[in-house]
Formats: sequence, C-alpha cells, structure tokens
Amino acid sequence: SQQVWDKSENGDWHCTASWKTHSGSVWRVTWAHPEFGQVLASCSFDRTAAVWEEIVGESNDKLRGQSHWVKRTTLVDSRTSVTDVKFAPKHMGLMLATCSADGVVRIYEAPDVMNLSQWSLQHEISCKLSCSCISWNPSSSRAHSPMIAVGSDDNSPNILAKVQIYEYNENTRKYAKAEALMTVTDPVHDIAFAPNLGRSFHILAVATKDVRIFTLKPLRKELTSSGGLTKFEIHIVAQFDNHNSQVWRVSWNITGTVLASSGDDGCVRLWKANYMDNWKCTGILKGNGSPVNGSSQQGIFNASLGSANTSLQNSLNGSSASRYFFPPLDSPRAGSRWSSHAQLLPPPPLIEQSCDADTANLQYPHPRRRCVSRPLNLLPENEGV
Amino acid sequence: APLTDTVPPQVVPGADPSARQLCFAWGPAEVLVCETLFGRAGGSRSRSLSRSPCPSRFCGEGRAGAAARALTGSLAGTGDGAPSSSRVFVVRRDQDIYIQTLRKLFNESHGIFMGLQRSEEELAGKSRKAQLVQVSKNYRSVIRACMEDMHQAAVSTKDPALQGQYSTQVSILSAMELIWNLCEILFVEAATAGPLLLRLLDWVRLHVCDVDSMVREVLSSESPSKHKLFWNVVDIFVLQGRMDEARHLLSKEASANPTSMNMYRILDDLMKKMPVPSLGNTQTLTELELKWQHWHEECQRYLQDGTFASNPHMESICKILLGDEDAILEKKELMTTWYHFLVTRLLYSHPTVKPMELRFYAQSSVDLFLGGESSPEPLDMILMAAFEFEMHQVIKECSIVLSNWWFVAHLTDLLDHCKLLQSHNLYFGSNMREFLLLEYASGLFSHHSLWQLGVDYFDHCPEYGRVYLELHIERIPLSTEQKALKVLRICEQRQMHEQVRSICKIMAMKALRNNRLGSALSWSIRAKDAAFATLISDRFLKDYCERGCFSDLDLIDNLGPSMLLSDRLTFLGKYREFHRLYGEKRFPEAARLLLTLMTAHIAPCSFWMTLLTDALPLLEQKEVIFSAEQTYELMRCLEDLTAGNPDKQKFQDDDVETTKVEMLRLALARNLARVIVKEGTVEGS
Repeated sequence: SQQVWDKSENGDWHCTASWKTHSGSVWRVTWAHPEFGQVLASCSFDRTAAVWEEIVGESNDKLRGQSHWVKRTTLVDSRTSVTDVKFAPKHMGLMLATCSADGVVRIYEAPDVMNLSQWSLQHEISCKLSCSCISWNPSSSRAHSPMIAVGSDDNSPNILAKVQIYEYNENTRKYAKAEALMTVTDPVHDIAFAPNLGRSFHILAVATKDVRIFTLKPLRKELTSSGGLTKFEIHIVAQFDNHNSQVWRVSWNITGTVLASSGDDGCVRLWKANYMDNWKCTGILKGNGSPVNGSSQQGIFNASLGSANTSLQNSLNGSSASRYFFPPLDSPRAGSRWSSHAQLLPPPPLIEQSCDADTANLQYPHPRRRCVSRPLNLLPENEGV
Repeated sequence: APLTDTVPPQVVPGADPSARQLCFAWGPAEVLVCETLFGRAGGSRSRSLSRSPCPSRFCGEGRAGAAARALTGSLAGTGDGAPSSSRVFVVRRDQDIYIQTLRKLFNESHGIFMGLQRSEEELAGKSRKAQLVQVSKNYRSVIRACMEDMHQAAVSTKDPALQGQYSTQVSILSAMELIWNLCEILFVEAATAGPLLLRLLDWVRLHVCDVDSMVREVLSSESPSKHKLFWNVVDIFVLQGRMDEARHLLSKEASANPTSMNMYRILDDLMKKMPVPSLGNTQTLTELELKWQHWHEECQRYLQDGTFASNPHMESICKILLGDEDAILEKKELMTTWYHFLVTRLLYSHPTVKPMELRFYAQSSVDLFLGGESSPEPLDMILMAAFEFEMHQVIKECSIVLSNWWFVAHLTDLLDHCKLLQSHNLYFGSNMREFLLLEYASGLFSHHSLWQLGVDYFDHCPEYGRVYLELHIERIPLSTEQKALKVLRICEQRQMHEQVRSICKIMAMKALRNNRLGSALSWSIRAKDAAFATLISDRFLKDYCERGCFSDLDLIDNLGPSMLLSDRLTFLGKYREFHRLYGEKRFPEAARLLLTLMTAHIAPCSFWMTLLTDALPLLEQKEVIFSAEQTYELMRCLEDLTAGNPDKQKFQDDDVETTKVEMLRLALARNLARVIVKEGTVEGS
C-alpha cells in the first residue's frame, strides 16, 4: 500500500492518505512536479505502473485532514515486474519513464496535462539486460538532449556494462544508446543524475557493490551519418566501499552537493565534495540498536541530529577531518559573566522527540514530547583516505 | 602525513542496525530516514525476496520508496503502514538555524553583510582599513548582544535542560567572539609591532573576565589590604598590564604599612615609569626599545640589591615586571589560559613583538602553560593557527568544530573583502568564500522565514548563487497566495523567468483544482500560459452554459490587453462584453459584437449554438436590431453549424436542439421580414 504524509504549518506531519495500490510489492513511488498538480506514480511487482492524482475531497474529508487519491491510469505494457518509475524533467512536459525486469524502458507521455487518464507509449527501448533503475538527466540546457540512464541488476556472470546512457536523437526521434559505463560490471541497484547547476558536464551516482560517482563530459557531436549522437568522456571521480556491502539507494540533495546512500550495513551515508572537489564521507546515520517499542508508535519524529551538521562541515576540509569533543561547560561561577575558558561545546546531543500516538499533535516545546532523550553514540568509524 | 578521517555515525534512535535497514529520502534541507522491515540476519534471503510479493514491507532493503513530495513538504511512502514500522525520522543539518535566540544573530548580521557588499572599495589605504575594522566590530557586537540575550535566557529559565542548552550557546558564542576578535587584530586591522601588543592586551582583558568577581570582592571589602585575596588582585592587574589600578591598590597597602613605605614607593615608581607602546606616532620603536632597556635595567638593579627581599609579594611582582617566566607561570591560576600567559609574557619581555614573531611565542607559551599535562583543545588549535597567520587553517578548524556555518561564512567574506584570501592562496580564495556563503544560505533556506535572508546571500555568490537560488526558491512551499506573491516578486526582480512561470503555473493548477476559476485565470495570465488560459476560459464558458451566469466578473471585465493571450480568452472577454452591452440595453452594439464573434471565428464552433440562442431575444425585440445583411449572416452561421456538423444525427435526435434550431429559423425569418420592411421604408422616405 501507499501512504502520503503532509506537513502542516506548525511542522507536524500527518498521514493524509493511505490506500492499497497494487497487488504486488510496490517498488518505487515518485512525485510529478506540482505544475502538473498533485500527481504520484508507482510501480510494482504486479507488472504495472500506475498514475495517481489527488482530488479535492468533500469538506468533511478536509476536516478529517484526509485527501483522496484516484488512479488515473494503469500502464500494463510490461510483461514482468516494473522496477522503477520516474517523471521526466518538467521542461519536457508530463512524461514518465518505467523500466522492467525484462530489460525494457518505456517512455510515456500525457499529451493533455489535464487528462491524466490518457498516456501514450512514446518509446520502447530494449536494454537487453534486466533493468533495476532509471534516472533522467535533469539538465534543461538547450545544449543537452533529453537523456536517461538505465541500471541493471543482472547478476549472471558476465562483464557487460550495467549502466547504459540513452539519448534522444532529434533527427530519428528515437532514443539511442550513447554510452555504457564499461567499468561497472556488478549488479546496479540505483542510479541518480545530480542537478546540473549550469555545468557543461553531468554527474551520475551509481549504487552497486559500492558507491560511485561519475562525470560525463559531452564531446563535440560527431557530424557523421551515425545520427549525431553525443559521445562522452567518462571519469570516475569517487568510489567508496564504506558500506562494505551492496548499496541499494543513492540520491542527491536539491543542489547536488550532498549524495546520500544506503546499504546492507544498515547505514545511510552522506557524501560531499569540498570546494576543491574532493569527495568525502561527511555523515553516517544509523540506528542505535534499541528496539522500536510498542506497536502504538506511529508518526514522523524530528530527530535533531545535532552534530550531523558538524560532520557535514567536515567537507570543507581538504586533507583531514578529525572531530573534536570538548569538556563540558563548568557551571558559571558566581559573579562571573561567562565561563573563563571560552569553551566550544559540541552541539546538543541527539534528542528524540518521541511521544505516544494519541498525543501526536502536540506542539514541539511540550514536555511530553521529549520523554525520550538519548545521548549520541559515538562509534568512530575509519573512513580511510 | 595524511590523517585518517573519522566521522562518527549519527544515531537514529529506535532504528535498530542489527535488525533493520534504513531507507531515506531527501527533503529540501533534511534527510528523512526510515527503517525497513527487512532483517539483516536474513540479508541474503531478503535480497532474493526483494522481488517477491511481500505486502507488509517498506518495499525492499534500503531501496524503499519514501519520496518527499517534490516541492511542497509532503511525503509519500510505500509499505503496509503497519503502525509498528512507520517511524520516519527527520534528520536536519544546520540545527542552529532553528534556535530562536540566534535569530537576532542571523537577522542583524545580514544587515552588516549587505552593507559590506555595498561598500565600494573607493576608499583606499587607511580609511578602507578603518571601514573594514568597523564592520568587524559590528559583527562582534552582534555576537555580544546575542550572548547577553542568551545569558539572560539562561538565568531566567527554571528548566535545567534549557538552561544547559543556553549555557552551551553562550560558551559557543563567546568562543566565536574570542576567535573573531583575534582575527580582527591580526588580519583585518593587521596591527603592527607596538600597537599589536596593546590590542592583544585589550583582547585578553575583554575575554578573561572570571577574575572580575575576585576584584570586585576585594575592592568592596572594608579594608582591601587586609583581604586574603588582596595580593591576588594586585597580581591580576599587573599580569593584565593594568598598572594604574595596581598602583591604586598598592597605595592603600602602603598607607596601612608605614614601615615599608620606601619599598612601596620604589615599586610604584617602577610601575609608573614602565614604557608602553603608543598608538600614535609619538615615538619610534627604537625609542621605545631604548627606554625599555633602561627601565628593565633599573628593575634588575632593585631586584638584585634585595630591595624587595622582605616582601615576597613585591619581589614576585618585580620579577614579573622583569618578564621572569617562572614567576609569571606561578600565577597560572590567575591567568587561566595560555593565551593570557602569552600576552603577559610579551608585555614584560617583548613589548615590540612583530606579527610574524607571534607564532614562536605562542607555541612556547602553549608548551610552558600546559606543560604537557593536557593536550590542546580545538579552541587552542584555532587560536594557534591564527597566531601562525594560517587563515585557511583557522577557517577550516572553525568549520569542523562549530555547529553552524554563520561564523565561517561571515568571517571568510570579511577576510575576502580585506583582500587577504587572494594573496594567501591564489586560486581557492574567493571560491572558498562562495562555498561557505552557499552553505550558510542553503541552511537559511531550510527555515520557514529566514530563507528571505538567504536570497541576498545567494545574490552575492557570483558563480553558483543564481542556480542555487533557482533550485531553492522552487522548494519554498507556496502555502498561501501571499507567500506565492512574495516568492514571485523575488523571482521577478531577478528576471528568473522560468521560476516565475513555474510558480504561476503551480498556483493556477492549485486554484483550478479547488475550483477557484478566477484565481486560476489570473495566475495563468501572469504565467503567460496560453494553453492553460484556454483551458480555464473553457471552464468559465462551460460554467456559464450550465449556470447561466459568470463568476469573477471583475477579473473578466478588466482583462485589457492580456485578453490576447489566447483565442479562447479573447472570446471569453468579448463574450462577457456582449453580455454587458446587452445588460446595458445597447442592443445594436451587442448584436454587432455577437455576429462578429462568429464571422471572425473568434468563437469556437462548439459555442455557436449558444451564441445563436443568445441572438434570439435580440431578434424578438420590438425594435428591429439586426440589419438585413446581419440577418443573412446569422442564417448562414446557423446553416453552417447544422450542415457542417458531422454529428448531424445528433441534432435530429435531440428534440431540444431541433426545437432550438426551428425557433431560430423562425425568428430569423421574421426578423428578416421586419427588417426588409423597415429598411425599405427608410430608404423610400
């Protein structure tokens, strides 16, 4: 099933909709740009992808804080599990790409943005390998043709490139393979283009047995009969095996300055380049080993990871980044204005604002929201150089 | 040798690493982290399972689909929604942005920052430097003001946890001010030998203030000279170079002790005569050094001939005056920090220290003061880097230990304006400034109201500021029209056409979904979105057909030139004009307009029947309105419509439609008859 949570003006999160979507596991869910309204797409093991639209409900629904989502279309072209679904960058209009386990990428378009029940299958790209993930190149520059990267989790023993780049050719009006990342031969679970920021080149993150970051520099288009496909100069700018295991997800923040990845080690890791373009691990998020207590707890909690920011700031650091911790502040002595040692202290420890489900709408400063407070566990992890 | 990086994991409470995988999604400024239900013990198994239907899962190992609603702040997740599993954690960076008491710091420093960007470098040399020092002082006074507020808050709160938080903030702010002040002396003002020492003394006096209470206690006692801490206070004054205050205290002791009067007079005289650097150009360094040498020798003489031998306190003061390191170190407790020790040492042994010599004295002061007992703390490292004039190191270390980007962003910007970063590091200087400002401004954008300050910071980042602003401003939730207008104004001022269009489009779409057609239309006109305007115009016309009246008359009546955005919008405007004319009983004009709408093909064919029906009452008026020629035109329109319609069948089946057509034909025929008679009559007469 699928849930939608909305953040209210006072910062609380509420589940405004929860509904059954597919008859199999839902692999991915993704939002369309709000220019097209409130639209979601999901894909599933049940061999379909679906497009959902929120409709403004009756007034008593609004009072209950609930919203209605209706299925506008079911895309049934795949004969196998649909493993990923992504909306195209908004400048291309309302377009949707799906990929499936049988190795086909399909691109759909809604010609009338007001009628989401009509989607036409525009392109079918056969990738030969079982597909696990896709990513649109977000660049809206005229210099860049629409481009989509496809990852494969095919794990038969072969040395085929598991990441392929397809580019739209204005002349043939078809997508054609422009490049393949030959160095990536292990199963790929996720890929993500970074926001372009007006650069001439593209940055692509790949989740495979490790985290990899590639740059793709377009070379001059060949003006031969090959159809004017762009060739790229591909460089790997970072490769991290810190997860020590399969990496399942990679995702960029909005400015493409921080990459987050999650892996089988149960951690979410944050990667950031400093101003000299050195990529570093700047944060690790992991559970603290205590079980989730009770089945009544539900909701979204603000875990203010106090020193996550500090870690993020390590990125400034070119060569080394060790973190320091400071002795606790003496209680100010009588009559003195501040403590003599102007001590720097670590930011406040992680505080979980945990509360019972029935008090879910309490305001932040309410003491009951702060019933659990655990100090930060400091488990230094060697990041290597 | 390259050090290894150590990044401690941030712990998400309740998420169990041994049993659960974490999945995540990016929000505008935070990471949403959520545990999945896949057990690690069954890691390999669950991988193979990840393709099988498993309804009660957060879909897959760490690859779960939690997606933050692209631009608004909503979250969609897949999974069964079983209450036990749906804990999602919001992990924020830049937590300081949310501290209420720091708002003053962000708001007021923004003003100083903007002033600095505007201040042109027309002022050369000294006046420019004075200007930059003033800016630096302004920043520091904002830090101080915040510190006072925070201290007040800490004192007035009863909640010990909150008090702890405030105290922490006070100590962080006070450290920031300490570092900034030192950077101001060494980098911004770049004090030279002589004045440098005076500045450092001020710096120490300002920041080592926990002895103030001791001073107050002694001075306020009935007879200070009898107080057990009397000599401590005298020592403090001497160590900080506060000679007048020390002499004042000593005079009290002297008057109580007539026997040792002579000894007091000599010490008093020595303290009075101590040469100090002057801020003006009244004496050269050589003159000072010469005077200093004489004075030093005099002190030495008195010490050696045992003048103070009978009073260990005075003997120790005389040793301090001579710069005796052991004597000074004995007063460690009174100095509390190595940098106080450093400045005292400089005062009594190297008053004309040059900036570049500082590093040696600083390093040896740390070694002597800490004596290998404790290792230097981050603050020590930062101050040390400053004494070594390693500006980049200062910024780097501050970035690591401080919990906000405020400090490094503003300090680096100031140093950049001092033209220090370029000369020290040719290429990365201004890049680092922009890098830090971008980080700081991005942090501001995660706050519901402080983001407006962030806009100005982005404006002053020449390389990526604009793109960052574009990306961030798209994510400002457009929760109200007012907020949308505010964001829109910011985009319009910066000619961010695509963002302007996008905002208007989003607002138009939102209004349309809520059936607020007027608002939707005005937003799409603002977005110059012809297709959408057409769509909304159609909705207006459809509404009219159903309900027989228009909504949002004000808007449609005042379309003006924007009516030309789309054909349909033009028609809507004109059609409404027809209704107005009709309502005002200006029938001939109304009739002419109605006809034009059809003959000039402004009206969509689907709407012709409605238009013709609208003509009916005009045809039935007592007075003849349509001319013969116009009537022919109307008839042709009607025939085109009925004959040209491929769905002719529909007309015949539909009784209402058929009746309507028949009525029209009849009315037209009658009108024609009347008009022929009338026109004939007029022409005949």
